Amino acid sequence: MFIEAKNLTKQFGGLTAVKDVNFEIEKGKINAIIGPNGAGKSTFFNLVSGSYIPTSGQVIYKGKDITKLPPNKIAELGVARTFQTTNLFEQATVLDNVIVGHRLRTKSNLLDAVLRTKRYKKEEKKCKDKAMEVLDFVGLTNITDQLAGSITQEEKKRVAFALALATDPEVVFLDEPAAGINSGETEGLAELMKKMVKRGITVCLIEHKMQMIMKLADKIMVLNYGEKIAEGSSEEIMNNQDVIEAYLGGDASA
Amino acid sequence: MPAMTKKSIALIVLIIGAMVIPFIIQNEYWLHILTLSFIWSIAVYGLNILAGYTGYLSLAHAGFFAIGAYALGLLTVKAGLNYWVALILACIITSGIGLLIGLVALRTREHFFAIYTLCVGYVIYLVIDKWDSLTGGVRGLIGIPAPSNIGPISFQSAISQYYLILFFLLATVVVMYRIVHSLTGRTFIAIRNSEELAQTIGISTMKNKLTVFVLSTFFAGLAGALYASFIRFIGPDIGYTTIIFDLLTYLLVGGIGTLAGPVVGTILIVSVSQSLQFLQDYRMLIFGPMLTLIIIFYPRGIVGMVSEWKMKWFNKKKKAPAETWKSTYSDSEDVREDKVKEG
Repeated sequence: MFIEAKNLTKQFGGLTAVKDVNFEIEKGKINAIIGPNGAGKSTFFNLVSGSYIPTSGQVIYKGKDITKLPPNKIAELGVARTFQTTNLFEQATVLDNVIVGHRLRTKSNLLDAVLRTKRYKKEEKKCKDKAMEVLDFVGLTNITDQLAGSITQEEKKRVAFALALATDPEVVFLDEPAAGINSGETEGLAELMKKMVKRGITVCLIEHKMQMIMKLADKIMVLNYGEKIAEGSSEEIMNNQDVIEAYLGGDASA
Repeated sequence: MPAMTKKSIALIVLIIGAMVIPFIIQNEYWLHILTLSFIWSIAVYGLNILAGYTGYLSLAHAGFFAIGAYALGLLTVKAGLNYWVALILACIITSGIGLLIGLVALRTREHFFAIYTLCVGYVIYLVIDKWDSLTGGVRGLIGIPAPSNIGPISFQSAISQYYLILFFLLATVVVMYRIVHSLTGRTFIAIRNSEELAQTIGISTMKNKLTVFVLSTFFAGLAGALYASFIRFIGPDIGYTTIIFDLLTYLLVGGIGTLAGPVVGTILIVSVSQSLQFLQDYRMLIFGPMLTLIIIFYPRGIVGMVSEWKMKWFNKKKKAPAETWKSTYSDSEDVREDKVKEG
């Protein structure tokens, strides 16, 4: 068992955003969470990746309870994530933005930086190499020295992927990776996710673009009003009556 | 890399310029003003690494400046310690108090952090002002010795003090440069950018914020200690709230979050403000609008303005394809709407 959410519940005051959800993220696969707006997808994501602490329930990662660990400790264990909006430092180059992603695997401190010790130089090189490696992986070697503020939306998404990958993760959580980009670019990102899985990195994503999910995901969970209403392969989901009613069959309100 | 060499040549010219200035301006008064602005610059560098690079605007730094000054003053005057020992101790004491305050203050963010530290700064001022038996209260502390001799070098004359302070300023700039261009500096910038994102890439934000807070109080303390031995007299007003707003003005005008900003802003404002002495407090009628305009048009100050111009010039030369960016962006918006309808 890779990552397991057990009876996760999150309440914000009187509102139950996520209610008693059980879900298992399978290693080496593309796992997806879908649901109408306000279904609790992002909350669920934040619970599993450690940004929120659940009201009740547990998150088990490789047999270890990570429910109450702070996000940075969870990242150290090999869980990375991206956000819906890409927070890049726009005045710095793409490479500079990604270098810090490998920081958690280094030990040099302030004194090393001031004195430029051997350890510091070694680790700086290590971080740079890692950044180049992941930028190569996401296909951005040609723009490494451009300012992050001047690249396209799709490239920004890829930089965010690269930043997550620079942490040497075993699983990457992607929050609506294809939001705000066109269909051709969406294809490209889907390819990239497949490539990540081939590299042995498990992917878990939230997405609105149904076509993409149905083609891409190995396993899908559907949330509605904070509750899990279905789980399974894309075929199972497409033929599930509850899902059709709650989401696919619903009118434009979805 | 011709750009790099150009930059280092400019830097060397600047340093040599700073070295020969005492021989060019034979005016003791201006040398005094320049030395003083170097001291303030050191404090502004401390503020910059915290507010500019990590995104935490501390308004307690006049307080830390005063702690550094009083620590040096008390250790030399009342405890009779050697100047250099007292200088090191003053920095350590300021950082230690910074650590304790940082532990509490860094639990708040943004405006709340600014307001909290503003209060801390005022409390420090009050403690200095009211703790008569230790600090001398409003009467202040007099008779602080000038830096004691190192071997044959003495620091009695104005010129030798100028060089001493210049040395500390250059050391500060080198340290800042190395921090900003290091993994640690990148970590700070990542925190400024998005604390949430920084945490998810495995950065312990509390640990790093505390490190940078202590570091910034260290420089505020160093500047305070140097100030005490330069002016030889200190009163509680050096920790007063107006001082932190002065420091902040220097930083904003020079360029917050830039390496040259603190020294540019401080020297500029201090010298302009000295030239406008005859206007008395009406000087603020000039500084207020100037500050507002700079913040509106150039949020990264004069240094940010220069680098923006340089970038524009560079882009013109390269003919950056700005249009393609726009079109992809608007395309994607349309596509998104379509998809929603499909869903």
